[in-house]
Amino acid sequence: MIEAVLSIGGIGLLAAITLGVAARKFAVEVDPRELALLETLSGANCGACGYPGCSAYARAVAEGKAEPSLCTPGGQSTLEKIAHIMGVAAVGTSPQVAVVLCQGDNARAQAKYRYLGAIDCVAAQRIADGPKLCPGGCLGLGTCARVCPFGAIEMTAEGLAVISREKCTGCRKCVGACPRQVIAMTPLDATVHVLCNSHDKGAAVRKYCQVGCIACMICKKTVPEAYVIEDFLAKVVYDHYQESGAAVEKCPTRCIRDFVEGYPEGSRFAPPVVPVKRQGAV
Amino acid sequence: MKLKTFPGGLHPPDNKEWSADKAIEDCPLPEELVIPMSQHIGAPAEPCVLVGQQVKKGEVIGQAKGFVSVPVHASTSGEVVAVEPRLHSSGRLLPAVVIRPDGEDAWVEGLAACDAMALTPDQIREKIRAAGIVGLGGATFPAHVKLSPPEGKIIDTLILNGVECEPYLTADHRLMLEETERLIDGVTILKRVLGVERAFIGIEANKPDAIEVVGRACAGRGIEVQGLKVKYPQGAEKQLILALTGREVPSGGLPMDVGVVVQNVGTAVAVSDAVRYGLPLIERIATVTGPGIAEAKNLRIRVGTSLSAMVDFCGGLQGDPAKIIMGGPMMGATQLSLDIPATRGTSGVLLFREGDLALVPEGPCIRCGRCVGVCPARILPTTIAAYARLDLINEAEEYNAMDCIECGCCTYTCPAAIPLVQVIRLAKGAILAKRRKV
Repeated sequence: MIEAVLSIGGIGLLAAITLGVAARKFAVEVDPRELALLETLSGANCGACGYPGCSAYARAVAEGKAEPSLCTPGGQSTLEKIAHIMGVAAVGTSPQVAVVLCQGDNARAQAKYRYLGAIDCVAAQRIADGPKLCPGGCLGLGTCARVCPFGAIEMTAEGLAVISREKCTGCRKCVGACPRQVIAMTPLDATVHVLCNSHDKGAAVRKYCQVGCIACMICKKTVPEAYVIEDFLAKVVYDHYQESGAAVEKCPTRCIRDFVEGYPEGSRFAPPVVPVKRQGAV
Repeated sequence: MKLKTFPGGLHPPDNKEWSADKAIEDCPLPEELVIPMSQHIGAPAEPCVLVGQQVKKGEVIGQAKGFVSVPVHASTSGEVVAVEPRLHSSGRLLPAVVIRPDGEDAWVEGLAACDAMALTPDQIREKIRAAGIVGLGGATFPAHVKLSPPEGKIIDTLILNGVECEPYLTADHRLMLEETERLIDGVTILKRVLGVERAFIGIEANKPDAIEVVGRACAGRGIEVQGLKVKYPQGAEKQLILALTGREVPSGGLPMDVGVVVQNVGTAVAVSDAVRYGLPLIERIATVTGPGIAEAKNLRIRVGTSLSAMVDFCGGLQGDPAKIIMGGPMMGATQLSLDIPATRGTSGVLLFREGDLALVPEGPCIRCGRCVGVCPARILPTTIAAYARLDLINEAEEYNAMDCIECGCCTYTCPAAIPLVQVIRLAKGAILAKRRKV
């Protein structure tokens, strides 16, 4: 009995001493700020910062290799906390949201062919450059919605991706996943957008889409500083988004939309209230 | 005798009876030939003619760019009316040279017959390259590349692919029956290029007449004709090698790794023309068939002939076409319209009406394993497709997605109508992109 207690106790003691010495001798120094930063970050591991997860970003910030403002899902509050930990000023970029620049769902834009394959935009795009006649429009097979870590993208019944301005954190995952580059990053406060991504000439656009931009210049004539027409496609100059609303009513194909008046047809999202409040990542 | 074959595969109804007995007919020259610069695997050719220029039949109109590329030739004499992007069989607008035939069909000067057997292998290879010869089975891989094994690879066997395992198609079948002597001449030249003694012509057993005719002609000429079990995809390169020689091409490897070169029978005929007479590849045999055509036929077409011209020569459409396929039904590509030119790789045009198609919506995988059973590459299609859908590219690679030959057996047999090949192809694209990045 006593031998057993002594031997087991002895082994235990030996192991404790070894571990104790090893812990001191081989200790890895961790910047306490790195741990604090990791606590602050959302833990969504979305990759919006460009690092492979929150811990990698925390280390990069602690080592001074990354700007404190890169965590877009965390928004202003996270930026302030990071700045506080690092002892720097909380200078951030203005918050951004992703917008699908298309309203041409299956009811409004014509198909090039009947697609019966895998429900995936990348797969469909590989077949004769996609099943839509429009070279830039949303294919509506939901690849972006599947990669969104925040559930911010809904697919309408007629096949159009719509991104919630409240739920979107600006992580850009959908931008990278879309094979047609129809998703753009825009300032959160700008609610007026030209929802078209076709650079074809007006006559061609009219043939395949009821709600495409035909580059008629009316928006530009109405508010010259708020719009540019590039390569047969109008775009809002987001530095002047406050003035851009005046052209919404004038657009003959109704491809300019003010999201405050509602999301594109078929969406179940309630119109955002301005100024838009992010729901945040956590 | 037990016929040779490979493990896996399946038996789709072959529907060859519609056109198997129809002798090859010459399809008349259309009013306009649209000759795409991209008719082969590899870099597209670069147009080297100007609008308004008069060209002769066989004149080079597109220069090859790089080693894995071949020149493109005018299919007839006439005027170049446009050099511009045109709708291509890939569904994209790609550069093409448009020729309005002058009706004279006059050959370019300088094409001379020569004694093929007096040429060195390198001279023969150059003639094959200059003639723009590509694999005519449908994959259109430049023939001279296959015939130039790198230093250290020893080739001891040449296989001629006369299997034609795709349902509906009978172009190679008719070619073997009607062009037997040119075929054997081409095989003899190919044997000389590669310096091999052993040559097989593999023919599926559903073409007993071809086996007999070619077999009789080959007797005593050092070419062995081998009947093969009727099973799809018996004509796939790696499966054909396995069946005929018992050698398995290693994962990620090429036929040359097991000492074999495979060429289609049509390619051999083109090689004979090119080396003996200096003729470039400007025509081929194609089968026009399917329930949507008035009369199924085997046609000799000029490269650049539109599908609609071919259809017209076959008595026109029967009903509204709901699906147009270039190539065979298993591996061919669906076309956007009939205003697409036939290329060097067009082995057939299939027309189906709405009622002929089985349009079943995709369902969930029931883990029946049928795709695994039929896969001739012996991989797990359902597992790879599942990984591909989850974007787990490394896992798909680990499960040998790259060994998929895209034969379509898994998709054909899937009771849940899952587009397995399409999804696996997606994974293959992602794997290649990843490898390029690393």
